Formats: sequence, C-alpha cells, structure tokens
Amino acid sequence: MTAHAVTHQIIATSSQSERKLFPIPGGVHPPENKSQSLNLPLSALPAPAKIILPLNQHIGAPAKPLVAIGERVLKGQLVASAKGFISANIHSSISGTVTAIEELPVPHPSGLPAMSIVIRSDNLDESVTYEPCENYFELPKEQVIAKIQSAGIVGMGGAGFPTSVKLGGRGKIEHLIINGTECEPYITADDILMQTYPQEIIEGVKLLAHLLGNPADVVIGMEDNKPKAFTALKEAAKGTNVQVVAFPGKYPSGGEKQLIQRLTGKEVPSGKLPSDVGAVVQNVGTVYAAYRAVKYGEPLIERITTVVGGALQKQGNVIVRIGTPVADALSEFGFKERQASQLIMGGPMMGFTLETAEIPIVKTSNCIIAPSYAEMPPVAPAQPCIRCGLCAEACPAGLLPQQLYWYARSEDHEKLQAHNLFDCIECGACSFVCPSHIPLVQYYRASKGAIRTEREEKAKSDRSRRRFEFKQERIAKAEAEKEAKRIARQKAAQEAQQKMAEQKAKAPPAAAAPATAESAEDTRARLERALASAQTRLESAQAKHAEAVAEGSDRVDQMAARVKQAELKVQEAQAKLSETQHTPTASTVDTNSDDPVARAIAKAQAKNAMSPLEKAQSNVESLENRLSKAQEKHQQALSEGADNASALLIGVNKLTEKLEQARTELQGLQAESLSSTEKPAAAPDDPAAAAIERAKAKAEAMASMSPKEKLENQIESLTGRIAKAEQKLAAAQAENADTVEALALGVEKLKAKLASTQQELEQLNP
Amino acid sequence: MLELITENAVVTALVALGFLALVFGALLGFASVRFKVEGDPIVDQLDALLPQTQCGQCGYPGCRPYAEQIAQGDEINKCPPGGQATVEAIAQLMGVDAPELDTGGAESAEVTRVAYIREDECIGCTKCIQACPMDAILGAAKQMHTVISDECTGCDLCVEPCPVDCIDMIPIPTTVQNWTWEKPASNSNIIATDKQPAHQAA
Repeated sequence: MTAHAVTHQIIATSSQSERKLFPIPGGVHPPENKSQSLNLPLSALPAPAKIILPLNQHIGAPAKPLVAIGERVLKGQLVASAKGFISANIHSSISGTVTAIEELPVPHPSGLPAMSIVIRSDNLDESVTYEPCENYFELPKEQVIAKIQSAGIVGMGGAGFPTSVKLGGRGKIEHLIINGTECEPYITADDILMQTYPQEIIEGVKLLAHLLGNPADVVIGMEDNKPKAFTALKEAAKGTNVQVVAFPGKYPSGGEKQLIQRLTGKEVPSGKLPSDVGAVVQNVGTVYAAYRAVKYGEPLIERITTVVGGALQKQGNVIVRIGTPVADALSEFGFKERQASQLIMGGPMMGFTLETAEIPIVKTSNCIIAPSYAEMPPVAPAQPCIRCGLCAEACPAGLLPQQLYWYARSEDHEKLQAHNLFDCIECGACSFVCPSHIPLVQYYRASKGAIRTEREEKAKSDRSRRRFEFKQERIAKAEAEKEAKRIARQKAAQEAQQKMAEQKAKAPPAAAAPATAESAEDTRARLERALASAQTRLESAQAKHAEAVAEGSDRVDQMAARVKQAELKVQEAQAKLSETQHTPTASTVDTNSDDPVARAIAKAQAKNAMSPLEKAQSNVESLENRLSKAQEKHQQALSEGADNASALLIGVNKLTEKLEQARTELQGLQAESLSSTEKPAAAPDDPAAAAIERAKAKAEAMASMSPKEKLENQIESLTGRIAKAEQKLAAAQAENADTVEALALGVEKLKAKLASTQQELEQLNP
Repeated sequence: MLELITENAVVTALVALGFLALVFGALLGFASVRFKVEGDPIVDQLDALLPQTQCGQCGYPGCRPYAEQIAQGDEINKCPPGGQATVEAIAQLMGVDAPELDTGGAESAEVTRVAYIREDECIGCTKCIQACPMDAILGAAKQMHTVISDECTGCDLCVEPCPVDCIDMIPIPTTVQNWTWEKPASNSNIIATDKQPAHQAA
C-alpha cells in the first residue's frame, strides 16, 4: 500500500511538472477496490450461445431493426440502423439466426423491458469481411466520421452518446481531452485497456485530433492510481503532441465537466456543453473503438468489462461480445448467487441494480459487480436530515444538496430550478457522505424526471391550447361566413320584395296608363278565368233548371237551388274581380250585352279605365249593390230563422261602413275635380245610378262652395295633377314604356283643362 | 396669508400634507391610466395551469371558460385530467387551501390515455372529427379515420359520438423512454430500526 502511494506521488509530481492542474470543488474518496480485478490479465469471454441486442443501447432514438426473425446473420453484420440524427447502428457480435425481436429486460434503472433482437449462435463465428483503411488521414473528414458512425461507436464511458455526433460538431475546439480517469471504485476496464493497447489508443487520439482540426491541446487525463497504464501511454505518446497527465484521484474527477475543469481550469457554464468552452472529451474505450472502426473497419461488437465482486470465485477484466447475457459472464467467473447481496451494472456510485442476470451486456456496460453482503450490505434506512452540511462540501458541482433535498421532498419545482437542480451530475457523492443514509440522488433524479414531465406536459398543453383556439377561430370564421351569406340572401330577398312593392305602389295611381306590374295582371287574369268558369257553371245550371221545369221533374227545386248557388258564385267572382282590378285595360267589351255576367265583366274592365274619381264612384255603386243584396239575404235569413242571420247582419254593417267611407272619399274627389264631370263623353257608359250619385255629390259639393273658390280649388288640384302626370310621363320615358303616348296625352288634356279653368276664373274676377 | 402659514405650525403642516396628498393623488391617477391592465390577468394565469384537454369534465365548454369561472369564485377541484397537482397549483395561485380533487364519481385516471381508432371498424362518419377539440383526428367522409396520438389529450370526447364504438382509450404505456425515477418512499415517521430486515423477519 505504501509502495503504491509512493508511485502515485512520483507520477503526480512528474505530471505536474508538465502541466498545471486546477482544483475542482467537492469530491469524495470512497475505497478504490480496484486491485482485485487487476490481478488477472485481460482475457476474452468465449462467444455466447445467444446474444440479446437492445435497440436502444445509446442516448437518442432506438435503432430500427433490419433483420427478420429466422434470418441468418454473420458476426459484424448490421442488424439495426440508426434512426434519426442522435442514434446509432447496432451489429451482431456472433454468427447465427435471429430468433426473436421482442420486448426483453434491458440494462436500465427502470427494469422495464424494451425492444431487443435475440440471435442464437450457430457456433461457427463466421464474420463479414471488414474494410480496412490505412490512409485515413488523407480521406475527407466526413468520410472518416461516416465510418465511425456506421460502426455504431458510442461513448463507452457510460453515457453512450453517439461519437460521430460529437466529432461532427461545429465550433472551434481547443482541447481534446481523452478521459482515462475511471474514478469510480471497482472499475478497471479502461485501466487494463490502456495497459494492453497503448499504441492503438495513441493512434486513435491522433485520429480524433485530426478529425477535430488538430486542437492545440491534446491530453490524456487519468487518476494517479494507474501507474502501469500511465507508463505505457507515456511511452507510446513519445514523439507526439499527446500529453499524458495523471492527477491525484478524487471521485468524481472523471465527470466530463469536472475533468475539463481539472485540466484546463475552464468551467462549463450551467446549461451549456463542453464544446461551448472549446473542449471535447472522449473516453479511452471510445477512442480505441473508433480507431479500430476506421483502421480495420470493425464495428462495435465487443468491449472490455470488469467483472468483480466478493460473490465471485475470480475477478478480472474480459473482452465480451456486446449482447452477452450477464449470467454468461458471471458463470465464467464462478458466480455464487447465494452470496451476492445484489447485482450492479456500472460502478457502485452511479450504477444500477439488475433484477435478473438475463440482462445483456451493452455498449456502455463497463462493469458488473456481484458484491457479497459484507462488501455491500443492503442500504440502511434513511433517517432524518441532521443538517450537517457534509453533502454541500462533497458536491462537485457546487450545489446545495440539503436545500435541494427539502425542495425535492416538498416538490417545490420552482425552487429546485432556482437552486440549479439540472447542474447536478448525479454522481452520488452527497448520498455517499450522508450520515443519515438519505438517498439524495434518488430524490434529485425523481425531481428532475417530474420537472421534465411537467415541462413536456406544459409544452403539450400550450400546443393543445393553440390547436383548440385555432379550431375555435376556424369554426367562428366559418360561422361568420355563413352568417354573412345568410344576411346577403336576406337583403337580396328584401330588395326584391321592395321592388315588387314599389311596382305595386306605382301601379294603382297610373290609372290612365296600362299596368306595369305583371302580378296585378296575373291576378286579374286568374279572377277573370274564375269568373268565366263560374259563368259556365251558371249557364249549365240554368239549362238544367229549364230542362227540369220543362219535364216537370221533382228536381226542379234542387235545380233552382243550384242555379242560385251558381249565381252567388258568379257574384262573388265579380266582386273579387272588381276589388282586385286596379290596372286599366285596353280591351273593349260589348257593354250592351244581355248577359249579366258579361256586363259585369265589362263594368269591371271599364272601371279600370276610369279616373280615381270615377273609380270611387263605381266603388260606391258596387258597394251599394252589395249592401242591398246583403240586406236582402239578411232579411231572408231572418224570415227563415237561419243561424247565420247575425253573421249576415255583421256583414251588412260592415258593408254600410265601407259604403260610408267610399262616399266620403268620393266627395273629396269630386271636390277636387268638378270639371271632369262636365265631360260626360270622356266618362264610360255608366249605369244611371252612378250618374245620379255623382250629380248628387256634385250638387252637395257645389252647394258648399262659392264659384270662385271652386275654381281656385280646381286650379290648385289641376296644377298638382299636372305635376304628377308629368312626373309619371318622365318616368315612363325613362323606362321607355308603351304608356308614354297615353301619358303625354293625359298631360296635355290636363293642361288644357287648367287653361280653361283659369279662363273661367278670370271671367269671375274682372 | 403667507405669514399665517409660515408662522402657524399647524397650518404649515396642513398645507404641506394637503400638497403631498395632491401630488400623490395625481401620481396615482396618472399611473392608473398609464399602466391600465387590459383584461383579467388571473384568468390567463389560471388557464395556463389547466391541462388544456378541453374535455368539459368541469362542466364548462373548455379550459378557458373554467378558468374564467374559477376567477368568478367557482370550485377549483373540478379538473380530473389535471389531477391533484393542478388543484394544488391553482390553490397556490388563488391563495386558498387545496381541496380534494372532485372526480365526479369516476375513478381518478392518473394515467394519461390517448384515443385509438380500430381502423377496420371505422365507417368514416366524421363524427369523431367534429367532436375532437384538438383537431387530432385525421380522416374524411367515408374514409378511414385515425388519431394523431401526439396531439391527443385523452379527453374522451370522441368516444361517445362514434356510432360503431370503434374508439378505445388506451393508457400510454411506461417505457424506458418516458420512465422517470420514483421519489424514495418517505419513512421518516417510523422508527428507523424497525425497517431492518432482521427485525422484519422476527
């Protein structure tokens, strides 16, 4: 032991003379336990009977399997290819047949199964031929990096980051640091590698330095507990610019960021990468594998693993094919299962417990520990924190583990992040020194996981919100468009209605001109048709009645009733026609016809040709007729004692009211245009009653006015009518209507009338 | 006048205080206009805490309406997808005690689920597409539909409208990719030595 310490001292002083070293904070000194695995020389484990190749042996996306079940594969054959940028190829390490691609237990702290390819050996160990390459310094760098990538080289120190990605990074690299520190207890895989293959490692370092643009500072760093490796590398590095440095050991000086700080004094800022301070760190194992991949074309199918622990008969380092079950390696070393307290993959500080020995050794498995109970007793139960502060002294990242512990327990994620939880490298130094055996690292890991999950959920919920809001917006937009269309349709319908209404409104005052509104004409036509048909029915009824009378049949009464009904219908039709007919018509009808229906039609049509005054007169007339008829009916109903007598009475009253209205209207109109009545020639052939009524009304109106006033009134109303008629004429001209001539005639007539009335007035006012 | 103010201490104090009151009043008035906050920031904060599944299990049509209702004084424990963690986060924001999560009788589904359409059975009716608040279902009329599982929030809203019942809610399995460490079981309340294996055997 003393001799060993002295050797440490010698190496330390010799290396310090060459290179200035920098201190790192914290750190612990756990028992090294490295000697027991260094007693035996490096040996090779025989090819296993089957291998299990998990598709995710690295950081990043799982590889994509390229083989099918039942397919024969050779040693070194690519069986799964990298999927995505951060991923790695996987090669078979034996020749044999693919027997399964399924979920199997993999080396992972969760103990969860993951997709793996199982290959059963055919014991032939047939290999694909590798493509060696001698002149790799002359090849383009991308091509060499592609070789490393296709060989599936990943960081072999434990993390498993794809090496090609690290080498392909941009930015100026000043320091290439080769990590041979191996600071965890028990592990000696890198030590034995450096002892056995120093020349290859130096060549590999030269290769990587070349790929990184020959950084000024190329250094292999190791702890001073590896004197043999140090001397061997020192010897091999002679004549090159590769520095070999050993420094006093302290856990965890082999951490990437710690090693950079130890050798260069540069601290990688929180949340940044080593390349941000111009450094690239590669494990010696990675360098060796990368060198072999480029020089000999060998893919990463084997590695050196330390198999160590008190539950083994012998302990040492072996070259083991990737995918070999842990059980195979253990049985080779005389594993006594009953003596083992647990099975650990990786070091005692950062490794994880294996639940079964059927788990394969993967690219990152640098150590298998099968400790006895005495060596590693089960973890003592955690006791309350006594706030001793030892953890803060031990933390190599300069964090406050105690504070983090409290916040982790209370799940105060904000405070955890404020205390830089994510700078924790999970080295376990704090747990190691904790006198209360609190599993601090597990708290930090759990908190980190919870915070990451929370962030992912937050990101997802933000994305969800955006998607939801977008959908809402889209729906609202669609609705708005629909609404706009609906409103437009409504507006169009309204406009159309308005137009129709305007046309209708235009039509009635255009008494002197033919109608412009088609709908009015349609109505009239329909009513005329109805009237005609009613008339036909009446005729046939009358004929039948006459027949019945002639025959002296019993049905005479019945027929008479029918005739009456038909007559009523005809009357109704007439009334309707006279009510709805506002449009004048040019048709001439024989008013002298004996047929009452034809006469009625003629009357109705004649009405259309009338002036408002005349129309009002005929209106009054027809109302009088209807009233007298209604009264008759009422009398009849009363005498018969029918039920509808009261209804009929109401009808009579209404008609009386209407008649009164019509009469007052007529009087007003007569007052307006007395002179028009002086021209009986212009008036159509009206029944006598109308003339009498008119005369009466005229007399009444005349009686109430002096001649002068009358004339003045007339002039006034005529001027108004001329203005109106001119307006209409203009409108008709604008529309190029057929009525222009008629309207012009009307205007002229009105003007003539006005002139004559004015003359009269002048005569009255000498 | 000036003499009265300067010589009488009480009047001086009154005038000074009055002047200060005016100055600060003007300052506050200006600030209230200049830094006027539009909208209700508490609703935004609440909305940010809700899981945005838009599932409507709270009884409101979406997460934001529920946030608005919480701001109006509604119960804060009506969000089963958010779980107790959301209840606690809201309680902290609102400065109230966190009540128990009200799952409304349903078993509290802590595991996140995603919808899965059994594609052979899908008849392409687009009803689930219309129901999905996330636009997470892809398909067209008379074409097979499928769920974009990354966008699915597991709100269940598509299950009900499906006329052929071909939508399943599948829990997202824990794999090595999404696994995280568990927090160590807290045993601070027991006597440490009781935990020793030897004593357990006894």
